[in-house]
Amino acid sequence: MEATLSTSDYLRNSDRFINGLDFSNDEDFTIYSHPKWLNVHPAVLTLLASMAMKVGKDNVKFDNLTASSGAYLDRMGLFDFTSQPSPYSINKREETGRFIPITIIKNSTEQSRFITDMIPLLHLPIDKTDAIKYTIGELIRNVLEHSESKDGSIVAAQYYKKSNTIRIGICDNGIGIKKSLQRYWASHARTDLEAIKWALVPGISGTTSKEGGTAENAGAGLFFIKSIAQVARNYFMIYSGSGIYKLLLHDKRIENPRLHPNPDDDRHSERNDAPYFHGTLVAIDLSLESKSEFTHLLALIREVYGRAVRERKKKSYKEPKFI
Amino acid sequence: MKRIVIKIKDYAGSFAENKDVAKELRVDKITPALSNNEEVELDFRGVSGTTQSFVHALISEPIRLFRDVALDNLEYKNCSDAVKEIVKTVYEYIQESFNDNS
Repeated sequence: MEATLSTSDYLRNSDRFINGLDFSNDEDFTIYSHPKWLNVHPAVLTLLASMAMKVGKDNVKFDNLTASSGAYLDRMGLFDFTSQPSPYSINKREETGRFIPITIIKNSTEQSRFITDMIPLLHLPIDKTDAIKYTIGELIRNVLEHSESKDGSIVAAQYYKKSNTIRIGICDNGIGIKKSLQRYWASHARTDLEAIKWALVPGISGTTSKEGGTAENAGAGLFFIKSIAQVARNYFMIYSGSGIYKLLLHDKRIENPRLHPNPDDDRHSERNDAPYFHGTLVAIDLSLESKSEFTHLLALIREVYGRAVRERKKKSYKEPKFI
Repeated sequence: MKRIVIKIKDYAGSFAENKDVAKELRVDKITPALSNNEEVELDFRGVSGTTQSFVHALISEPIRLFRDVALDNLEYKNCSDAVKEIVKTVYEYIQESFNDNS
């Protein structure tokens, strides 16, 4: 397997990094990098960690890792996934930076502990934390419940002062969204991209085809998170199999971006020809600049969610037979 | 009428997201109480927020099973506005689903 890190591997131009991925040989994994400068989204790190876990520590190597900014990879814990020693000397104890290094979460107890512990690491104002706890909590839970991954959920996050944004990545080596939806929604999950988009529709769960869900699942999680990103005008991306759906930024002049139950109606990019990734990667940027209160956002989501469920239900009603 | 009080923070912490905890509360406390026609007070004091998944796992099945008994006997106390919105969302879609599952 191969991946190539460049000077700007962020969600805005994620295609460059994704096009450079090669999953074809799962016996070893080489990470190439720009010789002078590296900038990577935490989601990229979680994907690299997931690839490293597939091949095993001894089979992961960095090639030409000479950029001084590559120390960030060490700081975020990427060298824990390889036997290759880090060329950087960082004092981890001195690091009080606002980041969450790559972390593996395998069960709900670890998830709860992680969510409690992560906020002090990010040094966030208290009124901004609920949206972040919400997003990370729901995404990790999705992995634990639906991915069937033995490796659990791989998480990393970073606060960026300049843009006042938290960037989050959550990745797994599981069955992927398409397979997860096959049991109840095969006709809506014929391709990876189609499956991703169907999973974003409110009320669609991989565990049932019933409206309202089961006792444990309602199929609301991804719609909520896409909506949180949308209202705050942030990037949100899902990569699973060969499918990618990326929510693009809204025009800042639009005061209140509209929420859409159908992901096709959102300003987005999509593709179904990405290098085939056995698993799922979710990446999101959450701006702390957002003036919109989380409660207001939840009210908005409730309104759109309810409308979507009612409209879908109405479609299944039988028409009267007028003769 | 007998009434049980469940202090959510004692089980789920200040941000209620652990669905396994929600399920335990549902199975061990909420469902048995409602099946005995008892009132259930869910006290969210000290809980700043929650997830839709948590609230769904906590109350959706009792509402679907007991319908009006659950809607009449479940009460929510000391909810932040964010918690209220999540509870309202779950109430809406569960009641929308009544016809499908009846």
